[in-house]
Amino acid sequence: MQGKLILKDGSTFIGTSFGYEEAKAGELVFATGMIGYPESLTDPSYEGQILVATYPILGNYGVPDKNFWESSRIHVSGLVVSQYIDTPSHFESKMTLSQWLKNEKVPALIVDDTRFLTQLLRDKGAKLAKIIFDKNIEFYDPNKVNLVNIVSVKKVIVEGKGDNTVILIDCGAKENIRRSLLHRNIRLITVPWDYDIFSLKEKIDGVIVSNGPGDPKMVEKTIEITKAVMAKKIPLLGICLGNQILALAAGGDTYKMKFGHRGQNQPCVEQGSKRCYITTQNHGFAIGKIPVGFKPWFVNANDKTNEGIVHKNLPFMSVQFHPEASPGPMDTGWIFDKFLNYL
Amino acid sequence: MKKILLLGSGALKIGQAGEFDYSGSQAIKAFKEEGIETILINPNIATIQTSKELADKVYFLPVTSEFVRRVIEKEKPDGIALSFGGQTALNCGMELYKKGDLRKNNVKVLGTPVPSIITSEDRQKFADHLKKINVSTPASHAVLTVGEGLKIAKKLGYPVMVRAGFALGGQKSGVAHNEKEFKEIAEAALAFSPQILVEKYLHHFKEIEYEVVRDQFDNCVTVCNMENFDPLGIHTGESIVVAPSQTLNNYQYHLLRKISIKIIRSLGIIGECNVQFALDPKSNDYYVIEVNARLSRSSALASKATGYPLAYVAAKLILGKSMTEIINQITKITQAAFEPALDYIVVKIPRWDMEKFRGAEETIGSSMKSVGEVMAIGRTFEEAVQKAVRMLDIGAWGVIENRFIDEKEIWHYIRIPTPRRLFALAAGMKKGFSIDRIYQETGIDRWFLSRIKNIVDAEKELLKVEVLRAKPLHHLQLLNLKKLGFSDRRIGEALGIDELEIRSLRKKLRIVPSVFSIDTLAGEFPAKTNYLYTTYWGSHHDVKPLGSDGVMVLGSGPYRIGSSVEFDWSCVNVAFNLKKYHKKSIIVNCNPETVSTDYDMSNRLYFEELTFERVADIYEFEKSSSLILSVGGQTPNNLSMRLDSYGARVLGTKAKDIDQAENRNKFSDLLDKLKILQPVWKNFSNMKSALKFAKEVSYPVLIRPSYVLSGLAMNLCYDEAELKYFMKRAVDINKKHPVTISKFIPNAREVEFDGVAQAGKLKVYAIANHIEHAGVHSGDATIVYPAERVRYFSGVRMVEIATELAAALKINGPFNIQFMVKNNQVYVIELNLRASRTFPFISKVTGVNFAEVTVDAFFNKAKDYQINYPNYVAVKSPQFSFARLEGADPVLRVEMASTGEVACFGETAEEAYLKSLISTGLSFEKKTALVTIGGDENKLHFAESIWKLKNLGYKLYATKHTHKFLKSKGVRTKLVSKVYEGKRPNVVDIIENKKVSLVINLSEKGDGNQLASENKTDGYLIRRATIDHNISLFTDLNAARLFVNALNMYNVKELKIKSWDEYLK
Repeated sequence: MQGKLILKDGSTFIGTSFGYEEAKAGELVFATGMIGYPESLTDPSYEGQILVATYPILGNYGVPDKNFWESSRIHVSGLVVSQYIDTPSHFESKMTLSQWLKNEKVPALIVDDTRFLTQLLRDKGAKLAKIIFDKNIEFYDPNKVNLVNIVSVKKVIVEGKGDNTVILIDCGAKENIRRSLLHRNIRLITVPWDYDIFSLKEKIDGVIVSNGPGDPKMVEKTIEITKAVMAKKIPLLGICLGNQILALAAGGDTYKMKFGHRGQNQPCVEQGSKRCYITTQNHGFAIGKIPVGFKPWFVNANDKTNEGIVHKNLPFMSVQFHPEASPGPMDTGWIFDKFLNYL
Repeated sequence: MKKILLLGSGALKIGQAGEFDYSGSQAIKAFKEEGIETILINPNIATIQTSKELADKVYFLPVTSEFVRRVIEKEKPDGIALSFGGQTALNCGMELYKKGDLRKNNVKVLGTPVPSIITSEDRQKFADHLKKINVSTPASHAVLTVGEGLKIAKKLGYPVMVRAGFALGGQKSGVAHNEKEFKEIAEAALAFSPQILVEKYLHHFKEIEYEVVRDQFDNCVTVCNMENFDPLGIHTGESIVVAPSQTLNNYQYHLLRKISIKIIRSLGIIGECNVQFALDPKSNDYYVIEVNARLSRSSALASKATGYPLAYVAAKLILGKSMTEIINQITKITQAAFEPALDYIVVKIPRWDMEKFRGAEETIGSSMKSVGEVMAIGRTFEEAVQKAVRMLDIGAWGVIENRFIDEKEIWHYIRIPTPRRLFALAAGMKKGFSIDRIYQETGIDRWFLSRIKNIVDAEKELLKVEVLRAKPLHHLQLLNLKKLGFSDRRIGEALGIDELEIRSLRKKLRIVPSVFSIDTLAGEFPAKTNYLYTTYWGSHHDVKPLGSDGVMVLGSGPYRIGSSVEFDWSCVNVAFNLKKYHKKSIIVNCNPETVSTDYDMSNRLYFEELTFERVADIYEFEKSSSLILSVGGQTPNNLSMRLDSYGARVLGTKAKDIDQAENRNKFSDLLDKLKILQPVWKNFSNMKSALKFAKEVSYPVLIRPSYVLSGLAMNLCYDEAELKYFMKRAVDINKKHPVTISKFIPNAREVEFDGVAQAGKLKVYAIANHIEHAGVHSGDATIVYPAERVRYFSGVRMVEIATELAAALKINGPFNIQFMVKNNQVYVIELNLRASRTFPFISKVTGVNFAEVTVDAFFNKAKDYQINYPNYVAVKSPQFSFARLEGADPVLRVEMASTGEVACFGETAEEAYLKSLISTGLSFEKKTALVTIGGDENKLHFAESIWKLKNLGYKLYATKHTHKFLKSKGVRTKLVSKVYEGKRPNVVDIIENKKVSLVINLSEKGDGNQLASENKTDGYLIRRATIDHNISLFTDLNAARLFVNALNMYNVKELKIKSWDEYLK
């Protein structure tokens, strides 16, 4: 079946469907990773977004068991690729990508020239868009909605064993953040984005504010909680959206980027050194004004945007990239160790 | 750091080819930018790195520790770079280090410390090292003898993998399924290497490679990963390779990436390294197979595949820079601490030339046999792989080629890996063979097989279309075929119509390829890159046409026997000189080993097919002013007629004049008209008249098919029986005009005449002569400049002939004439209206850049040159790779077999020749030689040389007749029996036991013919054993004589160390 990808400016692309055939609207973004589509599609940070894969061939190794996903479901609103492979080959494959998209009711189109789409988004910035079949629908701006509320856990989860207890404020956390922490012998308490963590009556050794979708200014409650954590001088780590939340909580500012960073090859230079790390990123907002008392920790080597801040003398730190990787290079897992050292 | 000594890789040979011209050239550029003086040692005169524009000083000398040490003592460099010249440079560097020559002369090894290199090169040390850092390697053991190895193999259980230590390109390694095979492989490997490694064989494991870069601040990136289409067991140089990997998931990709980085860190490598893995298709189990702590063929491929200039970056890093300080010249936005994101797929296919080697085994495996490679870029595997097949220039127009007799033959070629396997897969699928069954037999991942099936299915659909005129292909189907990489020609063939009709239909339907750029970041940022490819998966172009400023220059395509780096030199130099005329160069080429495909060598680079269809596509898109087809060898030259009649403007000699030179009948008439001598020849289609002709002109005669097909080409026939044999074979292939037979003139001189003409007027020329008599292919001949063996009046006659031919054919641009001189009469053997193989040699030894004059001629601005007779001599010697080609008869013939060349300078031909021989690997371990000389004439002519050898203190072995003859001349030799005599030790035993370090084997019929290898004559067995045991071999009388003279005149240790400019000044 043929479908249409329609952008807010009217540009229309016709493509062959390989997903669920029901119209969906969202923000059209592109990602440059060449691998890891099951991880990306289940990353809650993509909530509300239609994803264009710049790598032209997708579906090669099928879809693995749920245990390997980054959350319990697909979060993208739609998927656009150049060539879809319906003959996956991998020992861990449980089904084809097409089958999965259909099961999860996510539309997907094959559009030959995804490079053109990418260039369009790059030059004109992220755009609202929709995938439609026979029935038309309205555009939908996910940035005007509290997406975090949609993807965050609904109740408190306690897991793992260890001398230290870390609170993970789930704004749409990827599974691998939890895996990375549990692997390091931590007692982990995951809480919803707006949960008052001090009502837990727990000894809190550290707090992590997770990644998540959308505009950080939408989650005022999380910002308030983060302020309280800082006031108590509890070691604090922000990841991705958590990075922006931490900046806002400390009095800094954030802004929406033209088309954001979505890929697995973003070079970040650790300030004051010549060390550069290749990181996974997925964000459309970034820190503008660095809060008082903080200094830049990482800077993007390509466009020089801020990629993380660290407090000059207190154990507060945050990174714009994903130290948990998955998908992407596992070069910055040490961020977790550094944070846990302060506990 | 003010002065760096850079070691090149020497001659191109199997396993070490043009990629090191690319890496060396990039290194020189990187050093130059830092204001560092580069001294280069590389005897490969055809390379671009040995040009005036690059290295500050060039020594055309052997890359051996002895010569390099002497250059160091003279030049006193501050540092030495070892990682840009392949295994040759690395081995030489390790030797210098071990001997203490570097320390003694205060030369710092740049980049990776030598102990790390030693660890990575010594297989046991390396395995131990990896074990220490918890990285899995296949259970493996280094042994020094076959006996020890057998014990290990038994313990591991067959099949086992046997590898030679310290060898390049997997030389002499293989899979042994039983004791017998083990012995064979192990013995062969131990002949080359002091140790062998016996490893568990990992059946049908995937083979994956990573290219890793590290700087001194411990920053590491993997520039690219690559997946082999063929499972483990086929050398990565022999395998079809894709980038990035296609069947790995995120975990596997990043697990192997992480381990690659762990290894490069643990070894302390600075610069570039390559890690090869075996990965279980059924689990996440992996093993590290190999690490190369230097630039390699794979890194050249990765560079071109991603647009990340690996060699350039590595050169900056070894100077101590940080990756974040090095800006990527392609994007000007990113820097070296970056991992390219591709939005396309790259497919590499090796190019083999096995049919060029008589007797060579066709199978491919864990040691390299391929002589070159192509790389294709597409948006899908289907598009890229079909492009790549056409780029090979082997007459295949896509993966579907119906060249198999029956299903049995198809299965044979599916099971046994050979160059034909890819085609057998498609043919099998066409017959309905299941993917599962093919997977079971081959271990090629089902993913790849499914993609090929996709192509096969599309063709099946196409065949359902009735004749085009009756029912035209509709838009969607044609577009779909183009998206799957079908050529117009293949679509036309399937429908029984001409490709031009498909082309015009396609253009009417507005189905034209899009031009996309390679920007390293998948379009994330706007990047001004000039690195382009075409695809049918597009709806836009990334660039605008250059218009009338643009001039297209076609490269040579894959390196192969007869077409190699020398054409890349011409192509690059011509593109470079277009600037003089305010033209923008557009290079089209598809060979990842070349310098011409570097992003900064032209205004625009199309990494594309050199087919009529694609060249015309680019020409039309770019709206180019013109095309240059005459500087990339035969591949572009063959397009001149078609492009000309299509209406494209070709610079240089007109197509119809080219045809007059290439059409044997027309050319012969022209020579007759101009009263220029040529050997008598005639075309034949029946045996009787052929035999009659041969008798008339008297044997020997040269026989060649009118239409050259693989496996059957030129041969010399010495009698009726031989002529009958070859005639019969030719008739089987082409009944209409099977052969051309020409009189062969024995003991004639052959002379190379290179020139450039402008509008029919000769502007510059140079004459060089062959050492060997006519009958040895000019690409295999030893060539001396100046032509000191040509009499003055013969030379004058040649210039006269060249002037007449230039005028008659209105030659405009480069040309080459092969002359033959016998009894002071000058004959024309061949005229080529394009830059010849000797162009860079001639340019570098005369100091006049013939490529530049060519461009001047195209723009009607060429000066008249008069080149003075020099006070030095240069000798170009061929490099053979027979050792890699089991079974091939290592003998000089009328057909070319060498894979590369070197050239050295000297005060005499003898001095230059000796240096060039050492450059090709000649060694002088012991003063012992075996001489077997067939024919009375040979014996008489070589007698004096034997005396000289004897006086030099050589101990001589000889076979019966030679022994007897020499005895009669008063020379004592040790008699050895021939193989057929049945006594041991025989002549082959003497060689195998390395009793001799030099073998001179002259056969009666001058240079041997095919029958020798087919009949396994003693001569063949001697030659083969010599090559298999890495012993120097001479099979040509003149070459052997010159060599003995040289030995007599010079002490190897005292050969002059003089740089290129010291000779030319």
